[in-house]
Amino acid sequence: MVHIKLESNILGSNELLARKNRNEFQNQGILVLNMMSSPGAGKTTLLERTIELLNGQLRLGVIEGDLYTDQDAQRIEKKGVQVIQINTEGTCHLDAGMVGKAFKNLPENDNLDIIFIENVGNLVCPAEFDLGEDCKVVVLSTAEGNDKPLKYPLIFHESRAVILNKIDLLPYTDFSLERFHKDLENINPNAKTFLVSGRTSQGIQDWTDWLLEEVHKKKGKI
Amino acid sequence: MHEISLMSSILDTLRESAIQNGINNIKQIKLVVGKFSMALPDSLLFAFEALGREELFKGAVLEIEERDIKCICQDCQHPFSLDNYYNFVCPNCTGRKTEIVSGRELYIDYYEGD
Repeated sequence: MVHIKLESNILGSNELLARKNRNEFQNQGILVLNMMSSPGAGKTTLLERTIELLNGQLRLGVIEGDLYTDQDAQRIEKKGVQVIQINTEGTCHLDAGMVGKAFKNLPENDNLDIIFIENVGNLVCPAEFDLGEDCKVVVLSTAEGNDKPLKYPLIFHESRAVILNKIDLLPYTDFSLERFHKDLENINPNAKTFLVSGRTSQGIQDWTDWLLEEVHKKKGKI
Repeated sequence: MHEISLMSSILDTLRESAIQNGINNIKQIKLVVGKFSMALPDSLLFAFEALGREELFKGAVLEIEERDIKCICQDCQHPFSLDNYYNFVCPNCTGRKTEIVSGRELYIDYYEGD
């Protein structure tokens, strides 16, 4: 019997590709955001509102992850920004290899300020896969309930920004803002939080102002 | 259910290493999985049954060691265990700047075979 000590990181090959992506994004000076949420939290609507405010000021690109359809990519394309669709065909998360390929296929990938990667709707698996992004952003909606940070701690712990969407529906739900802030404070006290409504555009400007700051910080580092 | 992707990558690593080391049948595989990783041991075992069907893995036992979540407070350097997955608050000084030192592991420790 032979004993082989491997100590091999299971996510090692993904991390290698993520590092490659990160170098590429750094060289181009592009701020890359990995947008994650459960299905239906409103990522695509939030992106539409974000694009409306930033298009013209910044050069934007979107990588759309979806299991099978290109419906979200079509919605983004109508907003007049570059978009590439990744269909994972059943896989519950994006990985760094998929994002690297998609980036190469963005038509003007050497002429961008921000890339939004819209991950597959899922609060579990995407948290584990580094895509080479600058920031992970998790979107939660009031209709899902305030218990999500406690139920999915890794994704909330890893995210630089937490967006609470559908804030216009707050009066019609049992969502406790106090509890949400308190739980988040224990899981990730450094997370930047934004309370927004993709439907009414409430709070979207706070989010886009933060994005503008982050873009300038990133450009300053080159 | 990303455990299927993880297991597929684990089996690729083992296949490659087995060829390099002239091993034809693996008897034992040991994984280390942190409790703060999102990989569920039961799902990994299920994925192993489903994906590791060839001769190389015939009769192989997959052992999974789970590691607890341990943190160090960045303010007072107090080490503490996290039993509940979400309360990253130092029990010594109530500081919230904590670093996870254990609990994110996800690696193949070793395997044995002939």
